[in-house]
Amino acid sequence: MAYIDPYAMSPEKKIALLETMVLIRVFEERVATLFAQQLIPGFVHLSIGQEASTVGSCAALRPDDYIVSTHRGHAHILAKGADPKYMFAECLGKKTGYCKGKGGSMHIADFSKNILGANGVVGGGFPIIIGAGFSIKLRKTDQVGMVFFGDGASNRGTFHEACNMAAVFKLPIVFVCENNMYASTSPASKMVAGGSIAGRAHAYGIPGFITDGSNVLAVAEVVQEAVDRARRGEGPSIVETETYRYKGHFEGDKQKYRTQDEIQNYRMTRDPIDRFERVLQEEGILTKTAIKEIWAAAHTRIEEAVRFAMESPLPEPEEALDDVFVNP
Amino acid sequence: MGVRDLSCSLAMAEALAEEMERDPTVFIIGEDLTAHGGIFGQFRGLPERFPDRIIDTPISETSIVGAGIGAALTGMRPIIDMHFADFVTTAMDEIVNQMAKLRYMSGGQAKLPLVLWAPDGAGISAAAQHSQSVESWFIHTPGLKVVAPFEPADVKGLLKAAIRDDDPVIFFQHKRLFRWTGPVAEHHEYLVPLGKALIKRHGSDVTIITYSRMTYECLEAARILAQQGIQAEVIDLRTLKPFDMELIAESLRKTRRAVIAHEACLTGGFGAEIAARIGEELFEHLDAPVLRVAAKDVPIPFSPVLEKFVLPQAEDILNAVRTVMKYPSRAVTRACSITKTPRSKRRRSG
Repeated sequence: MAYIDPYAMSPEKKIALLETMVLIRVFEERVATLFAQQLIPGFVHLSIGQEASTVGSCAALRPDDYIVSTHRGHAHILAKGADPKYMFAECLGKKTGYCKGKGGSMHIADFSKNILGANGVVGGGFPIIIGAGFSIKLRKTDQVGMVFFGDGASNRGTFHEACNMAAVFKLPIVFVCENNMYASTSPASKMVAGGSIAGRAHAYGIPGFITDGSNVLAVAEVVQEAVDRARRGEGPSIVETETYRYKGHFEGDKQKYRTQDEIQNYRMTRDPIDRFERVLQEEGILTKTAIKEIWAAAHTRIEEAVRFAMESPLPEPEEALDDVFVNP
Repeated sequence: MGVRDLSCSLAMAEALAEEMERDPTVFIIGEDLTAHGGIFGQFRGLPERFPDRIIDTPISETSIVGAGIGAALTGMRPIIDMHFADFVTTAMDEIVNQMAKLRYMSGGQAKLPLVLWAPDGAGISAAAQHSQSVESWFIHTPGLKVVAPFEPADVKGLLKAAIRDDDPVIFFQHKRLFRWTGPVAEHHEYLVPLGKALIKRHGSDVTIITYSRMTYECLEAARILAQQGIQAEVIDLRTLKPFDMELIAESLRKTRRAVIAHEACLTGGFGAEIAARIGEELFEHLDAPVLRVAAKDVPIPFSPVLEKFVLPQAEDILNAVRTVMKYPSRAVTRACSITKTPRSKRRRSG
């Protein structure tokens, strides 16, 4: 099996990983302020703290690979190359949004980038990625499908069905479980039997990996191996990244199920961006100033995107009747 | 190219073979498809001709339907075999929350050219979990098209049209019709457009609106009624969503009396929707209340004597027609009253 040494990754690629992580962090924090200002209708689920898991995973993908995301999906979609301006516009319910205001934060999709959509149903992505897997096999391409899910979704029956089906047909799929320790308010320690989610891979006779979800290079290494394996036609794998979300299940969540100390401790000791910035400085790839410039560039891009979204028109009410069918 | 008699299952196999030949993105996925050419013989000959494109899966309905959705999103035209229509419940999230909504929620980016094929209906002592008619659930879900043909020719023409359609189509086929035989065109481009009903029998006294296997019972009833001097027009809807209100209206303007018959149970059934539309759009053309003939509001029982009692029979259709025929024609009286009404009042009441 080809061993991808993450430290052999080019400095340019490493910088790109940091840039994407920072862009996601700034995007999510901006969503939080827009939501607090009551400019975003409905509810939003943020993934601040999980950037390494997402960016490390998507780093292993080609533009023509497919992803299916979750209700906590902004990061996956950005990491796969979506444009923040259409994402903000969608979050604000604008006509210029990815889904013309019909999907909102939880259902952003960009089919031009093979992002088959965030999904409002926990565990709803598994069956869809199975279909992408069959499609890839039938079309005889070497694409890969990646489905993101959390510790909560690992307890859905869809997970078992999809793992079995993917294993039986050796579908080119990578299951990426971002275990952020809480399914809404329920700790994974109380809800997930068997000790780990990746461990369930044994039951299907496929590889299962657990990796440090706050270390982007560790995630990239493991996921790359799973992706390469899928691309070679050797079938699916499960990768579990141990990660953490700093914000509640949704914005406004009172979070009575965990302590502020727990969150602070994680932020101080395992923040994925802090950690990676230190690595890049130690390796002499980036200076403090260069890192500051990355943050400034992300802020500029996000502010431009927010401005685009804010200035965009709302849809006409009658547009609610469009897009039900191709041929009504 | 001619016309021969084919059973519904052979008409289906022929439609599938022609479409799989025509389009390499068409494939079939489901349980137990290849061993016997499908549990109803509906896939006869296909596993030999298209071994890669007829996929036997584990018993995982959720993933089977999801596989159809994911494949449709990524450039394929899947046909999902549901084994029995009753089993849609095991994939309801995939059908209702994903299949029906992904196009809309993505602002029209997603396209789902797929067919979910589901054999439905009762009458074979299969009891409550293998006998249901569940079309109403999907008619009530925006984003899905629903088809339920009766004749073998329509099975072929509608299945081909459904496969070529770019939207998700739920295709119900009654289990008791698999051996039902009729003339089917050999022509490879024999397509029946979605949304078009068909007058199966012309008549001027009453319109019987029906679909799927109940069309047979309605035609039986119409034959008996004709012997008694009542000419019933029988409409086979073929597609339930969108349904052909135009043809219903055209018929009712002539007959002024309507009976709706379906095998699904009465309450919340599709008959209620048709009756409501007739009430809203054709009230002034009616001489009698619109009556519905449907199964009783109980699960389908096992014992043949119980099952027959629950399911609507030709006799029930006869009774409904006789009831609507008792109402006097209002056509003449109303015409007179209009001529007597002063202009001002007429405007107010209009």
